[in-house]
Amino acid sequence: MADEKLTQIYIMGKAYDVPIGVTIMDAMEYAGYRFIRGAGCRSGFCGACGTVYRKAGEYRLEFVLACQEMVEEGMYLTQLPFTPAPRSDYVLDELDPNENVLLQHYPEIARCVSCNTCTKACPQEIEVMDYIQAALRGDVARAAELSFDCIACGLCAMRCPADIKHYHVGQMARRLHSKADLPIPEHLTARLGQLDGGTFDEQMDALAGASLDELKAKYAERVIEKAEAPEAATEEVTT
Amino acid sequence: MSTLAYFPGCSLKDNAKRFEDTAFFVMEKLGTPLEELETWNCCGTVYSLADDDLMHHIASVRNFVRAEEAGSEDLVTLCAMCYNTLARVADRIHADDEERTKINAFMNEEPDYEGEIRVRHLLQVLRDTIGWDALSEAVVRPLNGLKIAAYYGCTLVRPKETGIDDMERPVVMADALEAVGAEPVAFPFAAECCGTYQVVDEPHLALEQSNRILRSAAVAGADVVVTACPLCQHNLEQALAVPVGEVAELNEIQVVYFTELLAAALGADEAQMSPIVRGILSKGVTAEGGA
Amino acid sequence: MARTKTIPRENLRERVEELSGENVFACYQCGMCSSGCPYAEQMDRLPSQVIRDLQLNDETLLDSNAMWVCASCLACEVRCPKGVDLAKLMEALRQIHLRKALDRVSINDLSKDEIKKLPQIALVASLRKKSG
Repeated sequence: MADEKLTQIYIMGKAYDVPIGVTIMDAMEYAGYRFIRGAGCRSGFCGACGTVYRKAGEYRLEFVLACQEMVEEGMYLTQLPFTPAPRSDYVLDELDPNENVLLQHYPEIARCVSCNTCTKACPQEIEVMDYIQAALRGDVARAAELSFDCIACGLCAMRCPADIKHYHVGQMARRLHSKADLPIPEHLTARLGQLDGGTFDEQMDALAGASLDELKAKYAERVIEKAEAPEAATEEVTT
Repeated sequence: MSTLAYFPGCSLKDNAKRFEDTAFFVMEKLGTPLEELETWNCCGTVYSLADDDLMHHIASVRNFVRAEEAGSEDLVTLCAMCYNTLARVADRIHADDEERTKINAFMNEEPDYEGEIRVRHLLQVLRDTIGWDALSEAVVRPLNGLKIAAYYGCTLVRPKETGIDDMERPVVMADALEAVGAEPVAFPFAAECCGTYQVVDEPHLALEQSNRILRSAAVAGADVVVTACPLCQHNLEQALAVPVGEVAELNEIQVVYFTELLAAALGADEAQMSPIVRGILSKGVTAEGGA
Repeated sequence: MARTKTIPRENLRERVEELSGENVFACYQCGMCSSGCPYAEQMDRLPSQVIRDLQLNDETLLDSNAMWVCASCLACEVRCPKGVDLAKLMEALRQIHLRKALDRVSINDLSKDEIKKLPQIALVASLRKKSG
């Protein structure tokens, strides 16, 4: 412990000394917090760990993912593990691509004042305002393209003065765009056919029926491919 | 050939696409094409009238920054409501240094706007930059004797500070149509409110107002009412479903965007026209060029 | 129980003048605004009565429908011989409600079928004037 470098951060107003060089999520667990909400993939993809912080001496708030952002001296932080944003019910196949369905399902996008607060709140550096504006004028393709990296952390919706549910709008746009404009991926169709046809049933049943010890053994013995050097690989791959 | 920076506004991209398409056609023919801003956002109409409100002006200022980035001093709109909102914000923040500074500070992700963007409606461009003579010279299909009622609505002519013409006796839209061979008729409801946003939650207000306007134009002898705003156009179209008068002929009146008729006069293909415009032209207006 | 939102009713004239920057006492009740207003018949108080009520600090004005029937057409503003901007006064009356999130038009009340028929400009403008 004496060798570790520590730094002071404030979690929900209380001071803690945490190691330098770890993520906010790791630091919170180090400090004794146990996540039963607000943590998921721990890889920057699920959007569960939306975090707001401020640095000492600064007034602006920053918006990050706890599992991705490293701690810094003087961080004052809290988490927003859930955003109560309603999602409109729809059946994708019943939507008419010729209507502005995004506006019909999320009419509050007409309240957008172009303040760009949502963009400033996005940990994925998405141009959030731009995709909402695209949705408002019926440009589904652009709304889908711009919102591609969205992980639905909800920070935008929490900050929006117009109470827009940006990430739901973006998701609907991506679904509409995929259905109406993009070609159906053949490899996906093929794989779905295999699944329906029962190609993997036996393997899945075996896994589902395995005991905990069997699963642990399988995990320990799993195949790991060695990374190849950029030049021609000379190592043998262990199996 | 110089281009004009063009701000569409939300509805011009789907609901009022024919307004945009025909305007583009007209301006190409006249040698001053419209060039859409690469990025733009909703202007946030209607202009906010509260003195302490800065937030609702941000949307317009952001568009001015975009216009400056495009290297343009002018920003042209088709939609009268967008014109009104953008022009009033421009006047306000050009005059008020403190407000402009505050808005710039808030929009820290954008370059500061210190400029002098001039917001113009297409009708102003046609009247003041291109001129009626040039418009007349470009006509290949004169709208011989088509009786039109130029309907301005509110936002083009009020308030006086941004009005493109006299509110009590506006003539600019009528002049534009006259330059291409139509016959404007005067009617007292030319600048009366169509009902605007009341169509959303008090639709009877919009219906009654729009019906009055159509009736007035029809009684004055107009075949067509021409508009410059997607919301006026929508409200008047809705009112077409309600009889405008006891006499059957009054109920044949049509409503189109002014650029639709200009485009027809400047040689647009029948295929580019809406069915309503085709119908209007087929009713006794010669399809062959004059002069 | 959910917190009920209430409109602040005291000092109505003062707050309206602050929000609008207008001097309600400049009005001498000529009635030009009422005669030119296309919606006057639908209002429970005429435009000129609205400004009279402001002069008298009548807080029941806040329950009138006049500010919601007003369509911001500015016919009153351009015609007032004293240069009073009644449209701004109407806006101030609306803002007193909307700044407490007491929306006149609620997203929840708009059906998809209704929205389908409207150009987005109608929604943008309606929500700008009638929701906070």
